[in-house]
Amino acid sequence: MLRHLLLRSGSSLFALLIISMIVFSLSQLSGNPVDALLPDDATQEQIDTFIRDWGLDQPLWKQYMTFLGNAMLGDFGTSLKWPGESAMGFVLDRMPATLKLGGLAILISVVIALPLGIAAAYTKGSITDNAAQLFALLGQSMPNFWLGIVLIWVFSVWLGWLPTSGTGSFAHLILPAIAIAWFQISALTRLTRSAMLEVLDAEYVKLARVKGVPEWLVICKHAFRNAAVVPLTYFGILAASILTGSVVIESVYSYPGMGWVAIEAIRGRDFPVIQAVILAYAVIYMLSNLLVDLLYVVVNPRMHHG
Amino acid sequence: MAELSTPSRFSLRRLRNLPLVPIIILLVVFIIPAFFAQWIAPHDPYVPNLRARLQPPVFFGGTWEYPLGTDRLGRDILSRILHGAWYVMAVSMIGIFVGVVVGTTLGLIAGYVRGRFDSLVMRLVDISLALPAMLLALALAAALGASFLSVVIVVGFALWAYFARQVRAEVLLLRDSDFVARSLVAGSSHARILFRHILPNVVNTIVVLATLQVGIAIMLDASLSFLGIGIPRPTPAWGLLVSDGRDFIATDWWIAFFPGLAIMLTVLSVNMIGDWLRDALDPRLKQF
Amino acid sequence: MNSQTKKPLLEVQDLKVEIKTKVGSFVPVNGHSFSVHEGETIGIVGESGSGKSMTASALMRLLPKHVAKITEGSVRLDGKELLTLSEKQMRKVRGAEISMILQDPQTSLNPAFTVGSQIKEALRLHAPGPRRSLRSRAIDALKAVKVAAPEQRIDAYPGELSGGMRQRVVGAIAISCRPKVIIADEPTTSLDVTVQAQYLRLLRELQEETGMAILFITHDFGIVASLCHRVLVMYAGRIVESGPVGKIFANPAHPYTEALIATVPSLSGNQGRLRTIPGQPPSPAEKIVGCPFAPRCDYADARCRSEAPPTVLANGDSEHTTSCWRAVNQ
Repeated sequence: MLRHLLLRSGSSLFALLIISMIVFSLSQLSGNPVDALLPDDATQEQIDTFIRDWGLDQPLWKQYMTFLGNAMLGDFGTSLKWPGESAMGFVLDRMPATLKLGGLAILISVVIALPLGIAAAYTKGSITDNAAQLFALLGQSMPNFWLGIVLIWVFSVWLGWLPTSGTGSFAHLILPAIAIAWFQISALTRLTRSAMLEVLDAEYVKLARVKGVPEWLVICKHAFRNAAVVPLTYFGILAASILTGSVVIESVYSYPGMGWVAIEAIRGRDFPVIQAVILAYAVIYMLSNLLVDLLYVVVNPRMHHG
Repeated sequence: MAELSTPSRFSLRRLRNLPLVPIIILLVVFIIPAFFAQWIAPHDPYVPNLRARLQPPVFFGGTWEYPLGTDRLGRDILSRILHGAWYVMAVSMIGIFVGVVVGTTLGLIAGYVRGRFDSLVMRLVDISLALPAMLLALALAAALGASFLSVVIVVGFALWAYFARQVRAEVLLLRDSDFVARSLVAGSSHARILFRHILPNVVNTIVVLATLQVGIAIMLDASLSFLGIGIPRPTPAWGLLVSDGRDFIATDWWIAFFPGLAIMLTVLSVNMIGDWLRDALDPRLKQF
Repeated sequence: MNSQTKKPLLEVQDLKVEIKTKVGSFVPVNGHSFSVHEGETIGIVGESGSGKSMTASALMRLLPKHVAKITEGSVRLDGKELLTLSEKQMRKVRGAEISMILQDPQTSLNPAFTVGSQIKEALRLHAPGPRRSLRSRAIDALKAVKVAAPEQRIDAYPGELSGGMRQRVVGAIAISCRPKVIIADEPTTSLDVTVQAQYLRLLRELQEETGMAILFITHDFGIVASLCHRVLVMYAGRIVESGPVGKIFANPAHPYTEALIATVPSLSGNQGRLRTIPGQPPSPAEKIVGCPFAPRCDYADARCRSEAPPTVLANGDSEHTTSCWRAVNQ
């Protein structure tokens, strides 16, 4: 069990290393790293110090080691687009906003998808089931940015219930979180439904009924506890999709989180910030995957063998 | 699990009960426009017509002249959607093709030769599956600038690992089967065995997987275009069309609404066809 | 054991279950009537598909929802009619007064919970008490089914136990609330022969201690002979013969019973192949005219194929009934 987790953390670190190489090569690929990483109006003196600090006169692998060393300390240089800001500091500044949005999106998808999937499986073949399936199919085919815009149209413009964009209050979070969650709800509903269908006919579910356990407990405790492993394995993918979703949706709602920063930085060719934001995303993603692995070990009944 | 039963050969006879509705939708919204936009589009998708700015769609106060309305430069939304279909199709098809070729080749060889090469490929698969495609897209867009090529690379990168993993699993099974041993004894070369005997047996899987990935590819491409890190303007890629309308949603909703609807209908019908194809050809792929 | 002197615990009258599917409806349990007395073990024997398990599910009122329904009859447990109880009332009966041991120990325990929590759950529902006493009662239940080191095993997950051990745990759950009747649905089919013998001995000992009635469902006439007092032979949803085990073994009245007994491998070391009954039982959807066994019966004549036989006393014995025209003719 511990071995399994160590192995997973090891491969996560390896993947992070690969990403750091990709990120490092960004400034190389774009031409001259000095041009990429320093403002256009930098003086020759600034350029010289920069080349010395980042070892740009050294061979490539040494440059990478310097980059990696600095990256581990969170030093990606200063932002070009937002002068005076340290690249990583700027990204870290925006991180809580994104985590809040992603967290709410995950909460919404779980709170809606699990009951919906369970209900669909329990009433297999009924109208509820068919409606849930149709909903899932539609949800998986709807581009989230378009849904985001349609949500603004309906809830902000027509009904005037919620703000169209920006940040500040909880109300600002609702529409973007729904837009991010929508696709996940569909996927998670389908997954939960099929996982539940597999366990609902199990003998142990029948045994629970034989014992006189109330039906809702039979479903939510005995059946779901065993089905839960399947949706949980999806949580790793969920983290990735939420991350992707946040990039797109923050841009739709002009929500100033990491995703918004990433897009703005790319538009402004602000390489230090781009490097920082991509690595920050990667770290969040790896950590959430590790968390899923941990949860998986806790939840999976088959792991109880010793 | 998928690995337990041996894969079956591709056979057209299993293609019964065609899902007609999705096929028709796909033809009307996507395939026909992609190839014939030039002839069926009522207007030029690029030339502004300032006298016809922001015309609403027909039935919403507009005319049949511009059935889905016009954008803020007076360009016909319908024509732009029809012309955009070609780019969406080109990007997703080439992207998937790249994914299929890279993934299948590596999967075939890895499953066949096993050993160190296999471990290496599987490690790469794990990493690639662990990397959200969006991160790579951001990185590429930053380094190379957004282009047709960068989108194709991102789509190919996002998908190759699925093919490699599945093909490898099936080759591992086939490698031990009698006919491979018999062919080796009969003096067939490894290349011949791989491409004449093993490849035809994994075609089913590849076809089904590829179909199921079309929706993902289109969605990815649309997201990138929407963010402005996909195919650059003035190409009327569908994601770009939606982003054009984002700031006008309060007053001129049709600019963003119809291109998004086109994406949704296309992805929906592709997904339904993919589900059907999977059930017909390769039910073992249920996990996708 | 003399069944007349003891009161009947479970009385089943004209029980009928109907299953509705897309292809049509059929009746897997067709007019069963029988009773089980205190301390008695009744065997229900038949091939798979004869409606044995469906009968068990019907008695527990756990038929698959929307598909199967009890259409007629009455089930009285200790004088109380079960079929008219509300679902809530029935839940209080299930596990407390009537319980069941399921077929497959590999799958009938929930892999996600410890053995103890699965036993305690039943106790908590039917005989609540403080945590400490629940635990000690669960340990008692494990002791009763002869699980070694119950204090440790109680915290084990089912995946950590052997098949025989798991089936003992299933037994512990079934007896934990001291039910009056236990239905055992082929509890030993998936166990190997020695474990099976131990398990059957255990069941008999438990019965002697508690006086519970056991309804033992099996396809194996050998087990019936060693364990049961009386037996019901089922074929195609009907009880075709019933009576004391000794009498039926010595003198089967129905050709199907005769064939079933012949499939029991003889203990005298006869090395012949395991015998099976030729032919197939009728498929559930089939419309049956006449005696359902007629197509496989060596004695069948024209009347057997056209008219269903009535249930009559066999050999004039009031404890032994059968539905066969040959018994009528005698």
